[in-house]
Amino acid sequence: MAIFLDENSRIIVQGMTGSEGMKHTRRMLLGGSNIVGGVNPRKAGETVDVEGKQLPVFGTVAEAMKATGANVTVIFVPPAFAKAAMIEAIDAEIPLAVAITEGIPVHDSAEAWAYNVDKGLKTRLIGPNCPGIISPGKSNAGITPSDITGAGPIGLVSKSGTLTYQMMFELRDIGMSTAIGIGGDPVIGTTHIDALAAFQADPETKAIVLIGEIGGDSEEKAADYIKANVTKPVVAYVAGFTAPEGKTMGHAGAIVSGSAGTAQAKKEAFEAAGVKVGKTPSETAALMREVFKNL
Amino acid sequence: MDLFEYQARDMFEAYGVPVLQGITADTPEEVEAAAAKIGGVVVVKAQVKAGGRGKAGGVKVAKSPEEAKELSKNIFGLDIKGHIVKRVMVAQGAAIDKEFYFSVLLDRSNRTFLSLCSVEGGMEIEQLAEERPEALAKVPVSATKGINLETALSIAKQGGFDDETAAKVAPVFVKLYDVFVKEDATLVEVNPLILSKDGDVIALDGKVSLDDNAEFRHERESMERDQLDPLEAKAKAMDLNYVKLDGEVGIIGNGAGLVMSTLDVVAYAGEKHGGVRPANFLDIGGGASAEVMAAGLDVILNDPQVKSVFVNVFGGITACDAVANGIVGALKTLGDTATKPLVVRLDGNNVLEGRYILNEFAHPLVTVVDTMDEAADKAAEFANR
Repeated sequence: MAIFLDENSRIIVQGMTGSEGMKHTRRMLLGGSNIVGGVNPRKAGETVDVEGKQLPVFGTVAEAMKATGANVTVIFVPPAFAKAAMIEAIDAEIPLAVAITEGIPVHDSAEAWAYNVDKGLKTRLIGPNCPGIISPGKSNAGITPSDITGAGPIGLVSKSGTLTYQMMFELRDIGMSTAIGIGGDPVIGTTHIDALAAFQADPETKAIVLIGEIGGDSEEKAADYIKANVTKPVVAYVAGFTAPEGKTMGHAGAIVSGSAGTAQAKKEAFEAAGVKVGKTPSETAALMREVFKNL
Repeated sequence: MDLFEYQARDMFEAYGVPVLQGITADTPEEVEAAAAKIGGVVVVKAQVKAGGRGKAGGVKVAKSPEEAKELSKNIFGLDIKGHIVKRVMVAQGAAIDKEFYFSVLLDRSNRTFLSLCSVEGGMEIEQLAEERPEALAKVPVSATKGINLETALSIAKQGGFDDETAAKVAPVFVKLYDVFVKEDATLVEVNPLILSKDGDVIALDGKVSLDDNAEFRHERESMERDQLDPLEAKAKAMDLNYVKLDGEVGIIGNGAGLVMSTLDVVAYAGEKHGGVRPANFLDIGGGASAEVMAAGLDVILNDPQVKSVFVNVFGGITACDAVANGIVGALKTLGDTATKPLVVRLDGNNVLEGRYILNEFAHPLVTVVDTMDEAADKAAEFANR
């Protein structure tokens, strides 16, 4: 199994013909993802050769879905056009849209999310500002390197891209069912809780690593959710203990205001929910290895 | 970016939000001139980004330009919650009848916008929320529908306004929402919004936070000039994501989360090495090139507080050999002026090539370490020598 993304995922790329889109389309294909086409209204009707595979370019997401049976779109368009791309994907009611683009104005993300809510949440949005989602050995929708780890029983959900890679690397001896980077922006589509619920329901996932960082209350909510709903072992890591108040630490969402959203508060919330929290990524990985010794 | 009050005032004015005259001044003489220009009673207000200015002695009422000048001498240089007052705003005095509260902000927890409103303004809003939560209306605002006159009236009524006053403040709420959307703000707050004795609604103070991601569609350069630390300004000019901190270990990494984590790991390691702390946050981003790496090193090595540097890279898109070449290039350029030890930990994409380049270079200042925890320990140890 795995969550949200598997061997049946048929992926299109919005912004495939741009330099980022092309680079990562190639990487996803080489990693084994089933890419079936791209979207760019100015190049509709053309075909692009990527690593020997002929990928058709469509004018809209809806057309691409109709022609290829795509059920996943990965969005690589620049920040100024990302809102329109997300709304187009939502309008087409594609089941999964993964927005990789970094630096999208939060008003645009909030508007796209409100639009998705208005439309009845027919599209699962992951991101924006995220590395995407990978189910090793099955499919990869995003920019995560495909070869860090193989398939295994750990589910990983993280706000940060490079910490996702770091944790996959640390736990490559055990492997992952799915690793999902939900993104570091203030407004994101898929939350820690959404991923936890899916991992809890996924028989292939035996234990869960959750990576959070300062800002917002997603981790605190996740801790409450774990206490009430998750029976699988969860270990957590929180980044940003040393971050000062009121400064943006790269991720637009990683800003501490007052006592809310501090790393300490998040750690305490997890511990109160019975979730062990590692001090460093490698200590967190060690905690997970302990879990597997006792499973 | 958080705006100063005077920047918010100017922004409000541009959107037709009623404000009083306000002139900035950097010296007591400028205060006197500004007060004379405005005439009558003025208020001299410290321009710092901290609450509680009044209590700290940063806001004074003056009846004459001479008095404004004298009073301002005690305001300049004042330390308000760690912010030193370098600039004041001389504002026209107002005859206040009633004080209200209004704000609109990004509610990330609910992934929507939120308006807060109360007929009881003036006091600190956190205090009101704590003591009389029923007096503070919290009204969700749809990002697709926004605030029009009808919703503004509804917000005012939920905030406890009577019909007559609601009709007066609602158009101002609409304009403030206009500021919020058109300026890509994450917060627009007015406390107090007043009703003057002449019956006018006026925004007497303003707090605005702007979304840095939206910079590409706004002209903000002049506002930014007043905001940044010199090293932060230099990093920004090179498109680096840099925040100055007060420790001794310079940090460079790729990806915001990994860099935040690196700061923490260095702080823990520092506990064993004389309490050294991270000196900065610097994210060279995904796909960083050798040039970006070299630019990052340049910023950090120019920070006199930095005693050692920790380069922590997990190559996802970023290739470790490009990072290694950036380090080599930067050290070659610096030549003998490079004196600070560098601890480098590389993993991921092209890691073997990256480590090979550094080993071949064999620079006496560079130490390559296998894991993040060991590297943090080494960097803290060097900083404590």
